[in-house]
Amino acid sequence: MKEIVIISGKGGTGKTSITAAFAVLGGADVVVADCDVDAADMHLLMQPDFGNEEDFYSGELAYIDQSNCTRCGLCQQVCRFDAISVIDGKYSIAPIDCEGCGYCARICPTKTIINKKLLAGKWYISNIKTGSLMVHARLEIGADNSGKLVAKVKDEAKGIAIEERKEYILVDGSPGVGCPVVSSLSGANFVVLVTEPSVSGLHDLKRVHQLVKKFNIRSGCIINKADVNPEKCSEIKHFLKEEGIAHLGDLPYNEDFTKAMTQGQTIVEFEQGVLTGLLKESWEKTKVLTNLNKSEK
Amino acid sequence: MTNQQPFKIVIASGKGGTGKTTLSTNLAAYIAEQEKVVLVDLDVEEPNSGLFFEGKLIHEEDNLKMIPEWDESLCTLCGLCQKVCNFHAIMQLGPSILVFPELCHSCYACSELCPVDALPMIPKVIGKLRDYQVDKLHFVESRLNIGEEQAVASIAKTKKYAASKYDKVRIALFDSPPGTSCPVIEATKDADFVILITEPTPFGLHDLKLAVETMRTLNKAFGVVINRYGIGNDDVLHYCEAENIPVLARIPNNRKIAELYSAGKLIYPEFPEIRESLGHILDYCLSTAERSPA
Repeated sequence: MKEIVIISGKGGTGKTSITAAFAVLGGADVVVADCDVDAADMHLLMQPDFGNEEDFYSGELAYIDQSNCTRCGLCQQVCRFDAISVIDGKYSIAPIDCEGCGYCARICPTKTIINKKLLAGKWYISNIKTGSLMVHARLEIGADNSGKLVAKVKDEAKGIAIEERKEYILVDGSPGVGCPVVSSLSGANFVVLVTEPSVSGLHDLKRVHQLVKKFNIRSGCIINKADVNPEKCSEIKHFLKEEGIAHLGDLPYNEDFTKAMTQGQTIVEFEQGVLTGLLKESWEKTKVLTNLNKSEK
Repeated sequence: MTNQQPFKIVIASGKGGTGKTTLSTNLAAYIAEQEKVVLVDLDVEEPNSGLFFEGKLIHEEDNLKMIPEWDESLCTLCGLCQKVCNFHAIMQLGPSILVFPELCHSCYACSELCPVDALPMIPKVIGKLRDYQVDKLHFVESRLNIGEEQAVASIAKTKKYAASKYDKVRIALFDSPPGTSCPVIEATKDADFVILITEPTPFGLHDLKLAVETMRTLNKAFGVVINRYGIGNDDVLHYCEAENIPVLARIPNNRKIAELYSAGKLIYPEFPEIRESLGHILDYCLSTAERSPA
């Protein structure tokens, strides 16, 4: 079982559309893990049945039980997150600011502060239209610990892949380079970087590539909307060559991606022409490189 | 208008790549034609706004995070630090204490509760803040070092810097990171108005709903800008109508716009209708200040 992670640094480059296309091309061999937990969109194209739903608890939130509070103010003094203030003579904790460190509860002399376990989200195992399974999640609004939920989704997908003897896990990662991305990269066999030929696209590709390098994972890159800026596109290709990133293919700017999406379809279901051909090629290359990676280690 | 704080407008979106940076940079440049304005890029993981301006660097400083440092000579290996850390950032391994700086949230519990002061807090560089100027436009960005996982501390620090340095401007703009999790909360929680930018596609709509829910939870005044209008369908428009959410502008789906953006260029100078839209957006945001005085 091999794990392929698709990330982009910059958002909106077509990462999810491409992951979904790969999931359809891979069919029953592929377990899908939607690890973009704070804006998960993969389910819009995969027709999941939300067959199995579980709560995800992570982190804590401090809460002051007013009845025993002596108003000593110690909690406010130790809080580094300015989460505790006095409202109408009562100490109270703003949930939005509380980091869940538990320091206040630990030092409260009357033990009147309690830590509540936080419902950070839900995660699901679904049957999807490819004949395989998808693990996906929904983060509670404003919850932190998205990294931990990503790890949970990945772990579950891994368990399923092993149990059902699937060949691949396809992971749709989140934008950026922070905690959820780091979490989605750990343990991956191959990384597909999706970019676009814009100053932002290249800038963000370079940053996310630095992160991938730290993990020492082999990677390849798909340039989406490649014809929007041919000059930037060749700059990206130069960068790929210099850094030893495999070029998995170029996709032209094409509004069929959006048309397919509005019908709940991936592009490889929607059209049987150029785009599908290009994506098939990229998927084949991705599989070859993913397997190469393992034998080299 | 006495003792006025700057009016803080945050540009956010659930989905990435919908045009936050395009709107932030164009709006900032548009305002700067008339008056001094500050644009703060809070997308510290992938800061892009700076790519659209050639500014003069006027200030630079490290973004620091406080982390505990183990002093072996004082430590009695009592194990309390490991016990009090809710983030698993400290581990006792045989005769040594390991600190994992990326996991540390700088709550100081381990350091201050240590009975022998064996874990003093020390600053660690996690990124850099830079302050640029192009005529009337001031631009502040922070970039997180690669491998650092916690954007929130950097975002908080950047806001603080901008608030103290640019307290006299009438309008301050903030470019938020995408999503709905903790970095977005940190970026938007003290906004006077939030502009949610989306695109009229199923992904755009789905993530817009999450963003709207987030803004309602935070009790923020907000409105929507639809980018790439004309692609996809009208579901976003219908949703906004049904939910009574003001649609402040529609930016047309136009390849020329995509090309200008891709080259790091501003859009409104070439499109009079977008200049007009920026005016509308700004007027609307500022009018909410008059309606609900803080």
